[in-house]
Amino acid sequence: MTAMNMIEALNSAHDVMMERDDNVVVMGEDVGYFGGVFRVTAGLQKKYGRSRVFDAPISEGGIMGVAIGMAVYGLRPVAEIQFADYIYPGFDQIVSEAARIRYRTAGEWYVPMVIRSPYGGGIFGGQTHSQSPEALFAHIAGMKTVIPSNPYDAKGLLISAIEDDDPVVFFEPKRIYNGPFDGFFDRPVTPWAQHAMADVPEGHYTVPIGKAAIAREGSELTVLAYGTMVHVAIATAEANGIDAEVVDLRTIVPVDIETIEESVKKTGRCVVVHEATRTAGFGAELSALVQERCFYHLEAPVQRAAGWDTPYPHSLEWAYFPGPIRLGTAFRKALED
Amino acid sequence: MADKSERRNRPALSLHVPEPDARPGDEPDFSRIEIPAAGSVPRPDVAAAPAETHPLCFTLVRVLDDDSNAVGPWDPRLDPETLRRILRDMMMVRTFDDRMYRAQRQGKTSFYMKSTGEEAVAVGAAHALDREDMCFPTYRQQGLLVARDYPLVDMMCQVYSNRGDKLKGRQLPIMYSDRARGFFTISGNLATQYPQAVGWAMASAIKGDSRIASAWIGEGSSAEGDFHSAMTFAGVYRAPVILNLVNNQWAISSFAGIAGGENTTFAARAVGYGIAGLRVDGNDPLAVYSATLWAADRARSNLGPTLIELFTYRKEGHSTSDDPSAYRPQGAGDKWPLGDPIERLKRHLVNLGEWDDARHDALQEDLSKEVRAAQKEAEKQGVLVASTIDFPQDVTSMFEDVYKTMPWHLKEQQAQMVAELEAKRK
Repeated sequence: MTAMNMIEALNSAHDVMMERDDNVVVMGEDVGYFGGVFRVTAGLQKKYGRSRVFDAPISEGGIMGVAIGMAVYGLRPVAEIQFADYIYPGFDQIVSEAARIRYRTAGEWYVPMVIRSPYGGGIFGGQTHSQSPEALFAHIAGMKTVIPSNPYDAKGLLISAIEDDDPVVFFEPKRIYNGPFDGFFDRPVTPWAQHAMADVPEGHYTVPIGKAAIAREGSELTVLAYGTMVHVAIATAEANGIDAEVVDLRTIVPVDIETIEESVKKTGRCVVVHEATRTAGFGAELSALVQERCFYHLEAPVQRAAGWDTPYPHSLEWAYFPGPIRLGTAFRKALED
Repeated sequence: MADKSERRNRPALSLHVPEPDARPGDEPDFSRIEIPAAGSVPRPDVAAAPAETHPLCFTLVRVLDDDSNAVGPWDPRLDPETLRRILRDMMMVRTFDDRMYRAQRQGKTSFYMKSTGEEAVAVGAAHALDREDMCFPTYRQQGLLVARDYPLVDMMCQVYSNRGDKLKGRQLPIMYSDRARGFFTISGNLATQYPQAVGWAMASAIKGDSRIASAWIGEGSSAEGDFHSAMTFAGVYRAPVILNLVNNQWAISSFAGIAGGENTTFAARAVGYGIAGLRVDGNDPLAVYSATLWAADRARSNLGPTLIELFTYRKEGHSTSDDPSAYRPQGAGDKWPLGDPIERLKRHLVNLGEWDDARHDALQEDLSKEVRAAQKEAEKQGVLVASTIDFPQDVTSMFEDVYKTMPWHLKEQQAQMVAELEAKRK
C-alpha cells in the first residue's frame, strides 16, 4: 500500500493495465510527452512508447470517432477529454455510435473504450472548465457512467472500466484530485495522504462498476451523492450534528438500486445532491427511483441540493457551488417535514 | 437590425445561395462539367509525395474512352476473368436493387435505397482491395457485400427485418453489418464511419498488422465535422486508410454546391490536409479499380492515406421515400455525360472479344433467377409486417446487447414489456 492522491492512483491504473494488456492505448490532448494537463498520464509515453500513448489534435469528435474505430479493431482505447466541458463535439460519436454498436450489430461488434474526463467545479474554472454533464450520459442507453470520489476507488474503478467490454464514461472530480474538498472553501484543504481511501495497492485490483459504497454510516437520513459531493455531504452532516448515511454511488448508470433502497428504508429520509444543474439532473432520476420504491418508508419528501440552473459563473463560484449551507438546509428540511 | 445611417454609402450585402444549373421543367444541363480524355492523366509513382498528386484533384482519372477501350497509364490490365466478375457483380447489384425496390413498393418492407448508376464505386473498389481489408461504408455500397459473396438471402432477411435477420430487426433496411466480410455496420448518422475507419487503420498500424481500412462518404455529408476530423487524424498519423468520397451530385434534394462543391472539387480537400488526392470517373470501373489499388499500395507501404473523389451520378431517388422529379429534371441520369458503368464495361469486354450480347443476356437471366430464388427463400422467413404484435423476433431480445450483461433496470423493463404484451393479447 502506498499513499496516493487521485492523480497518482489514476496514473497507476493506466500503468497496471498497459503493462498487462498490449491492447490498451491512451490518447488525448497533451497526454503524450507532457503527460496531461493534470498529469494523469505522466510517464506513460516514456514507458510504453509513442504508438501506445500519444497526443491527439484538438478535435474531441475526432478523438471519439478514432477511439471507436480502434475499439472495433480490438484495442482498448482510453481517451482523455481534457475537460468534460469540451466533450460535446464528440457527443454524436458517443450517443449514436459507441453506445449502440453492440446493439445494432447484435453483438457482432462492441466498443470497449473508456472516455476519461476531469469534471466539476470548485477550481475557479469559469463556465467552460467547471461543468458536470453526467446526466447527459446517464440518459444514453448503452453507456455506463462512473464517478469516483477517492484514490482507492479511482484506481479500482478505472481498471474495471478498461476491462469492461462496454463503453464507459469516467468522470474525474478534478476539485478532489489533490485532496478531499469538503465544501468549506474558507478552510485549509487536507491532502489525500491523511485519508483512509488514499491507501492504494500498487498492483492490479478492481472496484466493481454498478456498486455503491457507504461512505458514512448513519441512521437519521440517507444522502445520495457521488464525486466531490460525497465529501461535502459528510462534512455537512458532521458540521450540523446530523447522523446522516452518505451513499457514494460511484456508478450512476447502472446505479446500485439495492444499496439505495436498503439505506432509504432504514432511515426513512432522503436527500440527493450533485454539483450539476438541478433541472433534469441525475438527482431527478434518483428522487423518482426513491419515491417509486421507498414511498411507504419515507417520512418526508425527498430533497434535492444541486447547482443552480445557470451557467457556472467564474467569480461567483462559492455562491453557485452546492456547499454545506445548501446541503445543511436540505438535510434539515428532510428531517423536519 | 443594424443601424444603417452611418454606412449609407456602402453597397447592401447579399447572401449567395448556390443553385443547380437545371430544375424540373428544364433540360438537364451538364455543360459545366469538364471531362478530360481517357488516358490523359498521368499516374504518379505510388511513393510520390502527396503534393505530386494534387494536380490530379482537379481533373478526372479515366481509363475507358468513349468507345470503351482501356487507355493510358491507369489501365489496370485486368484479365478477362476478373473483368467479367466485376461486370457480373455490378449487374447483380442492379438486379438485386430493382427486386428489393419492388418489394418495398409491394409493402414487404419500410424502406430501400438503390445504387443505380453508382455500382462501379463499390464493386470496383472491392476487387482492388484485399479480402481482409476493412470497409466502413455508407448505405450505398451494397456492392461491397455482393463482391465479397455475402449471401443474397441474408441481405434480404435484413431488408425484411424478418426471422432470418441476424441483426434481429433492430436496423433500418439496408443498414447491413457483416464482420466476417469486413463490412462495418452502417450508421444512419452520416459521416461517423469516417473517423472510425481512420481509428481502425491507426490500430492496425499500432499492432503492426498488414490490413488497411477503406471508408466511403457522400459529398453531402462531407460537410460534417467528422469528415474534417477524419482527414486531420489520417494526415497527422499517416493512417493506412483509403478515404473515398462518392460525389453523386445529390444529397436528397440538395445539389453538390450546397455541400461546398460549387467553386472547387471535393478531391481538392486533400490539398489542405497534405494527403494524396485523386479525382476519378466513378462510372468507369477500371478507373475505380486502378485508383483504389494505387491508394491501397500506398497505404500498405506506410505512405499514408489517399482521398479519392468518385465523380458519379445518383440516377434514381435518394431512397424509396424520395421523389427526385420534385427538384431536378426528369431523366437527368440518362444524360449523365460519363455514361453507365455496366454498359461501359460490357462494351469493353465485347471490344476485347471476351463477351457478346447473347452471353450478356444469358448472364442477366441467370442473375434474375438467382435473385428471385433468394427472395423466395428469404420470404419463407417472413417480411416486415406493421400493425401487429406478432413480431418476427423474440420480443424480449429488444433488451439484449444494450450492454454485454443486462443491468437490473433493463431486466425490470423487459418484464414490464412482457406483461404489457400479455395484457394486450388477452
